[in-house]
Amino acid sequence: MVTITQETLSFEHLHELVQNVQRDSAGAVVTFHGTVRNSSQGHAIEYLEYEAYRPMAENELQKIINEADERFSAQCAAMHRVGRIQVGETSVLIAVSSAHRAQAFDACRFVMDSIKHTVPIWKKEVAVDGVWWVEDPLSKSS
Amino acid sequence: MPNTPSIEVLLFGTLKDVAHANHVVVVLPTDMSTLSLEALRGLITQQHPALARYLPHVRIAVNCEYSSGDEQVKPGDEVALIPPVAGG
Repeated sequence: MVTITQETLSFEHLHELVQNVQRDSAGAVVTFHGTVRNSSQGHAIEYLEYEAYRPMAENELQKIINEADERFSAQCAAMHRVGRIQVGETSVLIAVSSAHRAQAFDACRFVMDSIKHTVPIWKKEVAVDGVWWVEDPLSKSS
Repeated sequence: MPNTPSIEVLLFGTLKDVAHANHVVVVLPTDMSTLSLEALRGLITQQHPALARYLPHVRIAVNCEYSSGDEQVKPGDEVALIPPVAGG
């Protein structure tokens, strides 16, 4: 299960993800929340603005989930929020179940690390002293 | 007058801000019905010079898949410029 949504991510969404990956054969469920931090490289952050190339982002996220399921004998699911996200709010949720905890932790890390590399989602940091796209190839800060 | 063949190229993130648009239209030479990604990059540089300096840093997606580099694109394909991603 993969979702890209404008909705505020809540414990109801987390519950939905956990239910999606829960299996009687699982001995571990790992969940991860990515949240918006109030600082970035010394700048005080007001909020982040996320943008996705939605159909492709869903494809790429599904590929990651499929690869993680296979590599770690796990069941993975993820949601990514887009739009304006305030400090303290959740930008990404991941749930993983597996027979044993080691694979579940490893799969969760793999999913999160992979999201940062291949899923076409971008974020703009809106700080008190400026606005910039993270990973902007021509920005002085990256 | 026949329609000029063209390809709509989707823009995201910093590229959208640079172009002040969520896509640009790339007009193909009339004798050309498909073109390589390298040729497409060349046409973007010519027709949308504001994007030129970003092109070495962006990947191209064709029909929602990262290109391997040797595809041909044609009018009607969904083409997007993918600057370095930053999800999570």
